[in-house]
Parts: sequence; C-alpha cells; structure tokens
Amino acid sequence: MADHAFLGPQYRTPNLRPCLDAMGARGPLVAITAGWQEREGELDELNTHVGAAVTDLGLYVRTEHVYAEDPPLARAYRERQDVLQEIQEHYRTRLVGLKSVFEQLGAIEGDTPALKHARRAVLGDIRRLDRQHVASAVREHASFTRQWHPARRASLVPHVAALKREIERASAVLVAGGHVAVLLNRMRLFGLGSLLKGKPLIAWSAGAMAVSERVVLFHDRTPQGVQPAEVLDVGLGLVPGVVPLPHAESRLALDERARVQLFAKRFAPAQCLALDHGSLARWHRGRLVETRQLQRLMRTGALAEATP
Amino acid sequence: MTPHEQLREIVASGAPSREQIDALVASGPFPLVDRHGVTFVFRGYADHVLLRMFISGLPAAQPLARIGPSDLWVLRFDLPPQSRFEYKFEVRRGDASEWITDPLNPNLAADPFGANSVGQGWGYEAPDWTEHDDTARTGTLDEFVVHGRHLGARRVGAYVPARFRRTRRYPLLVCHDGDDYLRYADFRTVLDNLIHRLEIPPLIVALTSSPDRLKEYVGHEAHANFVVEDLLPTLRDRFPLDDDPSSRGAMGASLGGVASLHAAWRHPGTFGRLLLQSGSFAFTDIGENRRGPVFEPVVKFVNAFRADPRRPADRLYLSCGTYESLIYENRSLVPLLQEQKLQVRFDEARDGHNWQNWRDRLRAGLTYLFPGPQWMVYE
Repeated sequence: MADHAFLGPQYRTPNLRPCLDAMGARGPLVAITAGWQEREGELDELNTHVGAAVTDLGLYVRTEHVYAEDPPLARAYRERQDVLQEIQEHYRTRLVGLKSVFEQLGAIEGDTPALKHARRAVLGDIRRLDRQHVASAVREHASFTRQWHPARRASLVPHVAALKREIERASAVLVAGGHVAVLLNRMRLFGLGSLLKGKPLIAWSAGAMAVSERVVLFHDRTPQGVQPAEVLDVGLGLVPGVVPLPHAESRLALDERARVQLFAKRFAPAQCLALDHGSLARWHRGRLVETRQLQRLMRTGALAEATP
Repeated sequence: MTPHEQLREIVASGAPSREQIDALVASGPFPLVDRHGVTFVFRGYADHVLLRMFISGLPAAQPLARIGPSDLWVLRFDLPPQSRFEYKFEVRRGDASEWITDPLNPNLAADPFGANSVGQGWGYEAPDWTEHDDTARTGTLDEFVVHGRHLGARRVGAYVPARFRRTRRYPLLVCHDGDDYLRYADFRTVLDNLIHRLEIPPLIVALTSSPDRLKEYVGHEAHANFVVEDLLPTLRDRFPLDDDPSSRGAMGASLGGVASLHAAWRHPGTFGRLLLQSGSFAFTDIGENRRGPVFEPVVKFVNAFRADPRRPADRLYLSCGTYESLIYENRSLVPLLQEQKLQVRFDEARDGHNWQNWRDRLRAGLTYLFPGPQWMVYE
C-alpha cells in the first residue's frame, strides 16, 4: 500500500513541503485542483511553497471538453446528478427528523436502562440511514457506469490515457480542496479511483474528503441555522478508516460534548480527524506513522491528540 | 467603586464635590448601561440639557436633571437588552441652543447628515463579521459611467469580489445609496468577510447613488427604467453575470427600499431577490397621507402595490428596527407578500432608522437571498 498523507488547509500556512520530504517524494509532482473550478491550475503559490513546478491534471477543464464533445454523456451525467440530488434531499429530511429525536432524548435527564436503550436505538437508526444513503449512491454510480461505460467512451479514452501517463511518472499526487462535489465528480468521471491506487498521495481540505471512504458535509455555524452533518456520497476510498474534518475549529462546535460525541459514534469505527492549519496525518503502508497538530473526536465527547 | 456606585453616591449626596464629579467622569465611558436600562451623564454649565434621540415611542426630547447646584446632569430610563440607539444632547444656554454629540461617549455613528452618539443596551455587541478580517481576501471597487436613456449619464460604482474570473458567471446585486452603504455600513468589509466565510457566493454589487433621492427613490418611473433598461445592460456588458433572475437582486434602505421594490414591481421577472431595510413603505388604508408632501408619491406607489402586489421577486428579506416609526408599515407588508406565496423573511431589531442597524442585518439578509457554498466548499 502506498504512502498517504492528509494535511490541514494550505492557504496561508502551508506544510506540504516537509510532508513531501518525509514521504521521500523527490520526482515530478502532479496536482488535482478541480475543486477550485475556474481557478483550476493556478498553482503559483503552491509552486513557490514546494519549490518546483507542479503539473496540474486539469480535470475541471477536461470535463468541460468532454461534455462539449459528447452531449449524450453530458446529458446523462446531469440527469444522474439530478437523481443524486433528489436522493440527498430525501435523506436530509429523514436525517433532520432522527437528529431531532436524538437531541430530545439527550435532553432528558437521567440514565435509566430504558432511556439508554432509546438513545442507542436512535443512534443506530442514524447510522443505518447513513449506510443506506451511501448504498443508494453506490447503486446510482454503478448503474451509470453499466449504462455509459465511461472508461470505453471515445470522448474520455484519450484523457484517461494522458492522465495515466502523468500519474505514472509522478512521485506523488497532490489533491487540493475546493468544491467537494465538483472535485469528486471529476475524479470519478476519469476513473481516478483506479489510476491513483498504489500512488503516494497527499490531500487536504475537500481533497482529503474526496479520497476517503465517504464524504461527510458539516458546518455548525451557518447563518441560517444549524443543520446536522450529512453524508454526501461514497468517496474514492483511497484512504480508509478516516473521516477528515477540514477547518474543524471554525466549522464545528468542538466545545459541545454532545455534538462531538454524536460525530464520533455516528461514524465509528472510522476515526473523525480534525484537520486545521498545521495538521498532518501520514500513513506508511496503511499504518499511521506521523501526526502533527491533529485532533481526534472521541466517543466520550472529548477531543484527544491523535498519535501514531 | 463602579461608575454606577459612584453615581448613586453623588445623587444621594445632592451636592457633589468637584472631585467626586471628576472621578465619575474619568470612570466612563458613558452612557452607563445595566441589565435594565441606561443612564446618561453630561457635565457642563447650561440652563437645560435635553436628550435628543430617535426612538419611536419615546419622547423626542427628554430633560436631564441637574444634580444640586453642580454642573452634572443625569437621566436614566429603562431600555430592553440588545438595544442600540443614536442620540445627541441639546444644550440650552439663554436663548442659544446647540445639538452636540455626547462628549463622554467616544462611540459615534456617521450618516449623511453628520455624526450621532451611539448607545448600546445591555448585551449588544457589534457583529464580528462587520470588523476587518486580515485573513479575508479583499474585493475591489470599480467605477464607471452609465450613459442611459432615462436619467442621462450616471456614475456607478461596483464591488468586484476577490479572485474575480471572467470565465465565471456571477450573481448581481443592485444597491441603492451604494456610496452610503460603503461609507456608513462597512459594506465592503461585510462583503469581503461573508464571501471569505463562504456564507454568500462571490457576487458583483452595483453601487448606485442618486443626486435627488427625494424625487427618484419615491416611486419614480424614469428611475425604475434607468435601473432595468440602462444600468442592467451596462452591467451585463461589463461583467460576466448569471442571467437567471434568482441570481439578480436589488436592495436599499429607507427610500432606497422603496426604489428597489418599485423597480422590481414595475419590471416583474427582472429581480428574483430583494433586500429591503426599513423601507419607507407609507400607505393609507383610508384618509390622507400624514407624513408630508415628500411621501405623496410613495403613498401613491405603495397603495397601488398593496392593491396589486404581483410578484416583485421570488424571495424577499425585510428588516426594520422596532424603534422606528416605520415598523408598522414594514410589518404590514409581510402578510401581504406571504399571500403571494413568496418566500419572505422579516427580522426586527431593537434599533432605529440608521446605518448601523442596516449594517447589522446584512448578514441575515444576504445569506438568505444568496446562500453561499459553505456546505460544499472546503478550501
């Protein structure tokens, strides 16, 4: 298994360079910045920090070209997105109801066996709903692949071949943040899940979310009110066992034990890791070998320093 | 001793010494605020000192009481928590009368008519998103002239968000009294911060101002046509805009709110979003307008609007201070808009008809009308 690393946000306080050194990545570097959308490939800051010219894989622009060249595929892709969006809305409605029940039970004072049972049961319901939602997304992706065979489509084949070449000659692949759905969709369209297998990978922010097993959206401080964290989609699964939480300090109410507790229990056995400025988690052959400024959300509702 | 304790001691003594008053004044800032109310203090020789404030429901002039033979004047009244208000002192000496800001209060608010002292009730805090944030990328201000058919040549400003790209399509917000929003409501900082926090999308804000708003912002046909037929095409030529009405809004405060609603009503389907702050929506159910001649055209328009509201926008955000005389008119608008099956959010605040009130409501309004990509973007 290749080396992987998750970093905190790289804006203003980058820590990518020392991570590359620790991973021994000395050759050419390629980057995926499709999450930046129309700013894709604006790598000046990244190049300066890394001290080398990084090649952008250009997934965002490639996708636009593919859609222009292959309207049936573009139409089908949009229709698939509409279906996924509808699934997401129904999931959200059900999730809000369950979350409300969970909070009502949590607000009851006491610790009787009946109350504990009820709390466990509703937590189980939430976990089941999350699993069902991921399964729905997996089904939709599989159905799309069966029907349209993106890997064999003339509009995509030359791009996939070019991407394969770039990735093979790179010493490591960098996956930046941005719009997580845009990033994940573009990576999936070109089959990056397969192309990146066995490749050293460093990801941050939305990039870390996209390459993990499932993508969890979260924000406890939205101006129009708090909504529960929700699963968006199955991720590429390149870094298993972890739910990355970028900008956790500013986005999550980490001082509220009940919320932290729910996060940790809901997604267990995966570890919920807070990735803030300066954070680092590095895996070597699947084993966590180095951490910096990395906090883990615990089932007790506390935060603990994550260590190898 | 706290300033409250010092003041109690001074009032109880009935004839405070100069040293006692010196110590009190040095302990500021004033007015003193507690959980239940506010206490104003003025020091100076005068025949009368009056508090002049702009809270609908309270007298426009309230006398401060002189403490014995001293030069210390005091007034206290109850005030609900979270309140914010602006005021001046009127100091009368003989036949002379002077309106001044509170010399013991450094907190001032500016508006086009000058400065007022600001009083903040228990628990009020200026929102953090109104303060400069070093980490927020800053947008730029553009300026150009619109040569239009309806109002001739007009200078217009534009806020252009940080990381602007021609390859992207941006939502547009037309802001009436745009220069005043920049100057008195920290609009540029607010936009920078809300965009940086992903609470609103990067958007273009056209900042218009009128040389004669008492004419043009009161339901004026040529102004509505200027906005829609002169300004919007110029903006489309100048910026890459998302052309869907849901990505196009108009906003304004006071008469600027009237101008926004009027333009949207006269040109249905143009604006999908409206942000109306303390709109001067004077109307008459029966009888005559009592707000003076300036409001005649406003009443005419609002009466017509109330009779046939149509669909000025799909989503509207309204706010008004409960200390404003316009609270009745604004509250009256909400059920009317809801009956049209429009999405409406209405916020009230314990504040008056002033720019800081409008500043403090910007986050709620902008994020309701133009929700940002906060949920999806992790940079």
